[in-house]
Amino acid sequence: MSRAIRFAPLVLLLLLIAGLIWRLVTPVDTNVPSKLEGKAVPAFALAAGLPTKPGLSSTDLATGKPHIVNIFASWCVPCITEVRVLQQLRSQGVSIDGIAVRDRPADIADFLARNGDPYERIGSDTESKVQISLGSSGVPESFIVDGRGIIRYQHIGPIEAADVPMILGKLEQSK
Amino acid sequence: MRPVAIAFALLLAQPALADSDLPPAYWANRQLPDQRQEARAQALMQELRCLVCQGQSIADSDAELAGDMRDLVRRRIAAGEKPSDIRAWLVQRYGTWISYKPTAEPAAWPLWLAPLALLMIGAFLIRRRIGLGKRA
Repeated sequence: MSRAIRFAPLVLLLLLIAGLIWRLVTPVDTNVPSKLEGKAVPAFALAAGLPTKPGLSSTDLATGKPHIVNIFASWCVPCITEVRVLQQLRSQGVSIDGIAVRDRPADIADFLARNGDPYERIGSDTESKVQISLGSSGVPESFIVDGRGIIRYQHIGPIEAADVPMILGKLEQSK
Repeated sequence: MRPVAIAFALLLAQPALADSDLPPAYWANRQLPDQRQEARAQALMQELRCLVCQGQSIADSDAELAGDMRDLVRRRIAAGEKPSDIRAWLVQRYGTWISYKPTAEPAAWPLWLAPLALLMIGAFLIRRRIGLGKRA
């Protein structure tokens, strides 16, 4: 009995070390997924982010055809590479709408002039209200919304070139 | 010399912050004029988790999104919404992750049961000690 107890601290220490190594090897996933996947897009109406394009409302999304709603910002660095991939998707006939978070029209225009413009509509979300109501926790993030206005998929982080087939697959499923 | 120059250059370098140029939302860093409402908003903000600085509450965090969430909480409190409804609205979107308040769901059972279990173990140990003392 007492001999076994004498080894208990050593066993606890080894367990602790094993736990620490395990967490170092497989870090915690810090992404916070939206719980709205499979649910309707919450009602919103955003003013236009650019004078040359219409703004974005939830009613613009339930049009019978799937949309990508991309949450971006001109001050977001990964958005620069993502917006190029989005143009590639646009050229394949995908409808892409943008929600510009905490941004100014001049900065959005500058960002799109520099990196290309894949968006049909851009809503301006200056206080992250719609971003929060969608359960999104950062930029860039994208939601695939089906033709009935139901959120089918949330993509956290930039859509990269390697993600294009997967995104096209998700859009196909949302038809 | 070169490492020193690099270190000096790093000192001068501006960190590339992923933050916008826009000023904080109106109620992000302003108290509500009604002290009772402000107290209710504060209590709720202490229990909501920041999505950016995970581990801080939105009351403590300097992240822009936390500021926007404080603005959202204060606006809703000022509009007469109950704190529990605001929390439920956020949980609907982000899951129980967003709230620090422990729930009754199975994942939280160890949290509720641990104090009871520790008390029982303590009582057992004390009883054994006292029992042994009597016998000796």
